[in-house]
Amino acid sequence: MRIVTGLRRRSRSLGLIFDELAGSPLMRLGAVLVATAIIAALVGPLVAPYDPTAIDLDVRLQAPSMAHWLGTDELGRDLLSRLLHGARISLAIGVSIVALSASVGTLIGAYAGLKGGWLDAAIMRATDVVLSLPGLVMAMAFTAALGPSLFNATLALAFVATPGMVRLARGQALTVRSEAYVEASQLYGAPSRHILLRHIIPNAAPALIVQATLSVGAIILAAAALSFLGLGAQPPTAEWGAMVANGRNYLTIHPAYPIAPGLAILVTATGFNLLGDGLNDALNPRREGRAK
Amino acid sequence: MILKLVARRLAMLVFVLFGVVVLTFFISRLIPTDPARLIAGDFASEEVVEQIRVELGFDRSLFEQFWIHVGNLLQGDLGTSITTGQPVLQDLATYAPATVELAVAAMMIAVIGGILLGVLSAVYKDGWIDNLVRVVALTGVSTPSFWLALLFLLLFYGTLGWFPAGGRIDPTLAPLDRISGLYLVDSIVALRPDAFLSALTHLVLPASCLGLITMGVFARLIRASLLEELGRAYIRTFRSIGLAEHRVVFGHALPNALTPFVTQLGLSFAAMLTGAVVTEAIFGWPGMGGYILQATQSLDFPAIIGFTIIVGVIYAVLNLVINIAYLFLDPRLRSGAVK
Repeated sequence: MRIVTGLRRRSRSLGLIFDELAGSPLMRLGAVLVATAIIAALVGPLVAPYDPTAIDLDVRLQAPSMAHWLGTDELGRDLLSRLLHGARISLAIGVSIVALSASVGTLIGAYAGLKGGWLDAAIMRATDVVLSLPGLVMAMAFTAALGPSLFNATLALAFVATPGMVRLARGQALTVRSEAYVEASQLYGAPSRHILLRHIIPNAAPALIVQATLSVGAIILAAAALSFLGLGAQPPTAEWGAMVANGRNYLTIHPAYPIAPGLAILVTATGFNLLGDGLNDALNPRREGRAK
Repeated sequence: MILKLVARRLAMLVFVLFGVVVLTFFISRLIPTDPARLIAGDFASEEVVEQIRVELGFDRSLFEQFWIHVGNLLQGDLGTSITTGQPVLQDLATYAPATVELAVAAMMIAVIGGILLGVLSAVYKDGWIDNLVRVVALTGVSTPSFWLALLFLLLFYGTLGWFPAGGRIDPTLAPLDRISGLYLVDSIVALRPDAFLSALTHLVLPASCLGLITMGVFARLIRASLLEELGRAYIRTFRSIGLAEHRVVFGHALPNALTPFVTQLGLSFAAMLTGAVVTEAIFGWPGMGGYILQATQSLDFPAIIGFTIIVGVIYAVLNLVINIAYLFLDPRLRSGAVK
């Protein structure tokens, strides 16, 4: 019986959240943008009219036309096809970095918050150090040291993104740890693993999901910037940041070349940011004087 | 009480900086190529490479190397750049004023614009101004800075021809004497209106580009904290006794709402120093960003580490200053009532 009421209560609160989400036009726009990016990443490479790395020097730097909707680049590669393939790369990087940093960060942070003591202090000081260095410079230094490549840029950004997640999870763990039901279950002798997985992580989940969604946007931007600087994706990979970097030289004669991939980055990042913002409003009702 | 808190912060600062040194040292040892070989060049003989290795201490144990590194740092020696052959600190000092000028100008744009938009947005909450500001602010946060820079160039240089494409000053002008290295300041001191105007027009595009993105962050922050203040009991009291709305907002709510904003300022300034890497690359701005980009591309590790440590120091010191400023802004912290 208790379980049933618990379920009913949860489903009602979920329903409220969905009502809230449906009522926010900006959030709906975000969901549409993210869905578009995901669809582009999934089916884009299948529907792309050309091979994104096929060089055809006869059609170099062509303006948009029926044959090449966005035109071609300096090696005659079809820009639309490259753009569609790029969706998969950008999204894969954004999501995998966030998944990696969020899962590792949550485990470390929640454990530190639960255990407290010297371990907690040591972990927090370590995050202080990483957070006191600007992310992009750290990522640049790391990628340069490991050798410029998309994989190394991913590793570097994951390293830079983790401490923020650790802090967030730890803060949540500290709040939940002092709740009566957690103390009760500790008194009953529940192992740390149980408290971590059953109480702390589920309670921390809303805040972490909001942070993770917002992070995807930021990470996609950072990864694109690294590629733009030549430290991320290497030729001939069709990555958006690298495409802007190449297209930059043809800005005045072929504006669509650098502008289209940049717009794709903007749209994808905006989508994730709107979605994260909306989720934040819905999951965190105290924000913005909502409870008037 | 305050002294104790400041002392604690200082101890933290020293600790964090030590951590930064350890971390950057570790990163520099990840490097797969042999630094001695890199310095000697491809055609140097094995003996020359070995000699450089001994000179730079690469033949010693990692632990010894680390302590030598720390000792050098404490004497202000950040090592010698592999590409320029100059001490890294001297290189950075050469390039720093350009970056500082750019970042300060960008910061002014971001602060003024951010406060203005944030206040408008909060005062007209849920109106069309609010929605517009929110969308613009959010788009700003989601805009790749390197792409925005290209759009600016295409529009303001390519199409309209209002501003120059790059550089800090018209190279045909008589050179300015270097006093502070900040061209706007130096041209005023030297009473050179032509140089001032040229420096200013060169600054507009890169500074707006760097500033606009942060402006979005600030607008969102101000909006959120102003709304929070406006929902408080003292505001209700002021309104109920008939205080004019503009005095409620600007006289009472806004000053309180700005306190959390102060924390963000320091972090944002440090972030701008890094964001400048990308902006400088596009506008050919001769600052630290271009220098460090060059360094990463040629694996000039002393330069990369030096820059990272310097940025870490700026970051840590700004944080310290802000934390102390906070003690004065928020009396609750001073009395130790809130930790």
